[in-house]
Amino acid sequence: MANHLFLPLLVPLFSALLATLVSQRPVLVRVIALLAALFNLGYSGWLLWIVGSTGRQITQASSYAAPFGISLVADGLSAIMLTLTALLMTVTIVYSFATVSAERERFFYYPLLLLMLFGCSGAFLTGDLFNLYVWFEVLLVASFGLITLGGERAQLEGGLKYVVLNLFGSTCFLIGAGLLYGVAGTLNMAHLAERLGTLQNPTLITAIAGFFLFAFSSKAGLVPVFFWLPTSYHTPAIPVSALFSGLLTKVGVYALFRVFGTVFPRELERYGSLILVIAGLTMIVGVMGAMAQVEVRRILSFHIVSQVGYMIMGLGLVGVAGLTAGILYMVHHIIVKTALFLIGGAAEHLSGTGELKRMGGMARREPILAALWLLASLSLAGLPPLSGFFGKLGLIQTGVQQQQWLIVGVSVAVSLFTLFSMLKIWNEVFWKKPPAELDLSALPRATLGLLAPGALLVVLSIVIGFGAAPVLEYSRLAANQLLDTQGLVRDVCGPDGCDAVTTTVSGR
Amino acid sequence: MTFVLSLVVGVLFGGAAYLMLRRSVVKLILGVVLLSHGTNLLLFLMGDGVVRGRPAFADPATGVAAANAADPLPQALILTAIVISFGFTAFILALAYRANQAVQSDDLDDMISTDRL
Repeated sequence: MANHLFLPLLVPLFSALLATLVSQRPVLVRVIALLAALFNLGYSGWLLWIVGSTGRQITQASSYAAPFGISLVADGLSAIMLTLTALLMTVTIVYSFATVSAERERFFYYPLLLLMLFGCSGAFLTGDLFNLYVWFEVLLVASFGLITLGGERAQLEGGLKYVVLNLFGSTCFLIGAGLLYGVAGTLNMAHLAERLGTLQNPTLITAIAGFFLFAFSSKAGLVPVFFWLPTSYHTPAIPVSALFSGLLTKVGVYALFRVFGTVFPRELERYGSLILVIAGLTMIVGVMGAMAQVEVRRILSFHIVSQVGYMIMGLGLVGVAGLTAGILYMVHHIIVKTALFLIGGAAEHLSGTGELKRMGGMARREPILAALWLLASLSLAGLPPLSGFFGKLGLIQTGVQQQQWLIVGVSVAVSLFTLFSMLKIWNEVFWKKPPAELDLSALPRATLGLLAPGALLVVLSIVIGFGAAPVLEYSRLAANQLLDTQGLVRDVCGPDGCDAVTTTVSGR
Repeated sequence: MTFVLSLVVGVLFGGAAYLMLRRSVVKLILGVVLLSHGTNLLLFLMGDGVVRGRPAFADPATGVAAANAADPLPQALILTAIVISFGFTAFILALAYRANQAVQSDDLDDMISTDRL
């Protein structure tokens, strides 16, 4: 029993409640939010270490025996995602101090951030399929609040599409979970993994897995269900965009990894080639969409779509090597994408606009910001020795080993187009002469609060680039644990498996 | 009974698909509501007619549950799903009202400023 697994859920929840109660005192609210995020960061760092040294951490809610109650399971992937979530949340909160208006702060900006931390942590820790649905809804409702907070026309238009399409995805998830319960009679992931291997009707399971593929694809922003993302991500406050870009689609990717790696390993083999096709199309459509855009955050939003394709490519290259590369790429992407949004957002914040043709000259005005942008965008494109290089290297190596030439070719070509888009922003925002109507000397200067969060993430990207070996090792550990169904069943339900527990209790 | 309920689920899903493909925001929301109703009914159906061992809460003396005991889990699932969809319906109605105020239109084709270049 590892009851400490409840801590990263309870601390953000109670901090959110407390922050709501004292919402008349903005400074106190900021302190509470930052402390809660820092607590989660410290805790998940410890969890990374303890999972790495002693294996999965498991606890049962209310001490119900395993397949009956709700299990909380922390394995390598959960620990990685929890750490990144807490890191992003900390960075975003610090960045928000400098950029979010007092008006938005007064309407429960920080409590909503904490509730999102609560929902994401829950989604990464749960070992129960229906519970995963509930956590998805918790983080969705917080994200609904954040994306429409401010009530500008663009936010309402984008938010409406975001809300409806995400609700549709969640409903498909629920339908899948319901059907799966009807077939297997359980929702505990370990128990499901044990039972689905012995069921009579494998075709039915494949069809149900299709529901999950669709539902999580629409959360992750894969072709053809990504339309909600580029229409809404550029509308809210800058730190909210940054947080969503790093976190929300990745919860969908995490769910795909978790459900297809642990619960549906046979269906993953069947869907493998379809997933690769989706991955390739997602990369191409995302990057092509970005080329047409002329605003900083819109370009970056389309690139999220493109890069989710790489992670899914890791899933489609069925096996430990593919998943390892996918997880490593996800770690890199979460850090660098958020950095780009924070840095590009800072340029947008200083210029007062995100339209490329009305910006310019930032490299001379803010050289540190420009240097950070260059490093982050080269990392995104995958140039060594930055973190993006190793993420892509792993994926391409695995693809070559499995002789999936088409997807390897697509992923290399898309990298080039990514570089093109990043250089477009570099040229327009930082390098070119400012347009005539833009008076650079009248613009506000970048403060430490604007620069430090992005700088921290860029430094992390460089550190991961130079010290890729330990991150790769941990990703491999996470991928192995993800695919190790027997180990999961043993850890969650005991040595005899979950069916042994249910038959004992029901007296058969 | 299962057959009739399956038909109802199908009709609800069909109606939801039809309404969600309309351009009007109100019809879109009604479609989402119908979809969640259909899903709840589908969950309800999943608790019946499938053999999966005995319920968790059995008589401790004999270890056997009452003969007519129902599976409690789908009911708990439906209850959760109803609460969630109720909350979301309230949120989306408020959002649609504000969007209607801002755009002065009920037509989704008028809400494309964030898609335009």
